[in-house]
Amino acid sequence: MTMTLTNTGLIDLADTTVREANATLQAATEGAFTLANPGGKHALACGLQHPVSVTIKGHCGYYAGGMNKLAEITIEGNAGTGVAENIMSGTVRVTGDASQSAGATGHGGLVVIEGNASARCGISMKGVDIVVGGNVGHMSAFMAQAGNLVVLGDAGPDLGDSIYEARIFVRGSVARLGTDCVEKEMRPEHLEFLADILTRAGMEADPTEFRRYGSARQLYHFKIDNAGAY
Amino acid sequence: MCGIVGLFLKDPALQPRLGALMAPMLAEMTERGPDSAGFAIYRDGAPHPTLSCLGPLGTDWQAVAASLTQATGAAVEVETIADHALLRVSGELRAARAHLIETFPQVTVTASGEAIEIFKGIGDPMEVARTFNLESRSGTHGIAHTRMATESAVTISGSHPFSTGPDTCLVHNGSLSNHHLLRAFLEARGERLQTENDSEVAAAFLSWRMREGDSLKQALHAALNRLDGFYTLTIGTRDGFAVLRDPIACKPAVLAETDQWVAMASEFRAIAPLPGVENARIWEPEPGVVYSWGGEAKAVAA
Repeated sequence: MTMTLTNTGLIDLADTTVREANATLQAATEGAFTLANPGGKHALACGLQHPVSVTIKGHCGYYAGGMNKLAEITIEGNAGTGVAENIMSGTVRVTGDASQSAGATGHGGLVVIEGNASARCGISMKGVDIVVGGNVGHMSAFMAQAGNLVVLGDAGPDLGDSIYEARIFVRGSVARLGTDCVEKEMRPEHLEFLADILTRAGMEADPTEFRRYGSARQLYHFKIDNAGAY
Repeated sequence: MCGIVGLFLKDPALQPRLGALMAPMLAEMTERGPDSAGFAIYRDGAPHPTLSCLGPLGTDWQAVAASLTQATGAAVEVETIADHALLRVSGELRAARAHLIETFPQVTVTASGEAIEIFKGIGDPMEVARTFNLESRSGTHGIAHTRMATESAVTISGSHPFSTGPDTCLVHNGSLSNHHLLRAFLEARGERLQTENDSEVAAAFLSWRMREGDSLKQALHAALNRLDGFYTLTIGTRDGFAVLRDPIACKPAVLAETDQWVAMASEFRAIAPLPGVENARIWEPEPGVVYSWGGEAKAVAA
């Protein structure tokens, strides 16, 4: 089946393959699409490189919205493992819960999980901003290098283990900090940042209720005094 | 990688359709485990003590039954289906199971109990389902597995579910690292294992705990302390159904519940075909947390 949609329309995954649907979305340069009947299928709306808008009507399988660039993707349901993995820019929003490794290795853009995200949320993140309305599971922001993880609920054990220079903001409790992750002071620029990103994520929360966590810089042997040499 | 599904019916009206509901779930998990498959069905209706067996094609099951009768005094009826036989035994199952394992090395007793029946095979999971009429089977609950062998050969004996105790069985996605030690520990306590598979050790561990008087829930808490490795487990007992993930939780799991059923699967897509799924509560089971339904009655010591 050859899709004839250009820049707008409804794609029904009950009678379209994921490959065809993704090819159509990747070819579009603008406009709005709806994906119906996702049925937990994997790799939906992956590899988009243009500022299109995509709404997925239901639960997705693994790697939904993966490698996203510029597109604005909304999943009206839950997302499986690795939603928005390696996102470069644009927005991926999940109205339900996300499984493990949400936003993994993301370089940029915004990932919003309105519900909970399970283990390893933001693992190895490299610049993406991730906002989670609920809780995150264990080992979230593991080896996170850059970007921001904002959690309105609680964080599971080993938050920020082996973290580099990403920032973590948690409003609720932290079950246990990971190796080399420590609490840091909230400065005015952090409150400003939170106010801005919460607005962009469509979340209502008071920035002053958050605590900030980041790297103690004891583990990866980066000496800030030498920063000028790089 | 492997695929797991489980379905526990709360609404008795669905019982005639148990197999028909499970078959599409199993089909969705084919990609996760295309080399072998198996399923356990807990029959509805009156108890019917049964040994589920498999043996090479050409096995003389009537001779097996006669030997069983001679040894235990129990009357035995035989139903064969492909390389499987269901031996309906009028006597005590534990002794009958032990006799078969001892006397017929070529025969594997895949399950024993008054409701459970287990069928397994190698090859395309849907072919296994068709061979053993999964779609037409009725029951109260069932679990199934599609296997992608990573650490041992593709053989029937490596197919799940595994069962060593009465009406108890388990499917496993993952790998255990302390199964050799545990096997010796369990064999010393009377558990009789039939394969070299790590998952069978997990099944035997639960059987042992329940034989010692644990409820399903208690047995699973004990498992959390003793099983080392990666696992998402789904367990069936005579009247219970449970899910447990190890504390690291690398192996996926999704649970869904409505007023009519509880479903478990490695991925949501296996749950998507179920009736009423649009109103289900859907969640990912937390690491190291025991989820169970029914099954609080202690297992019959056998």
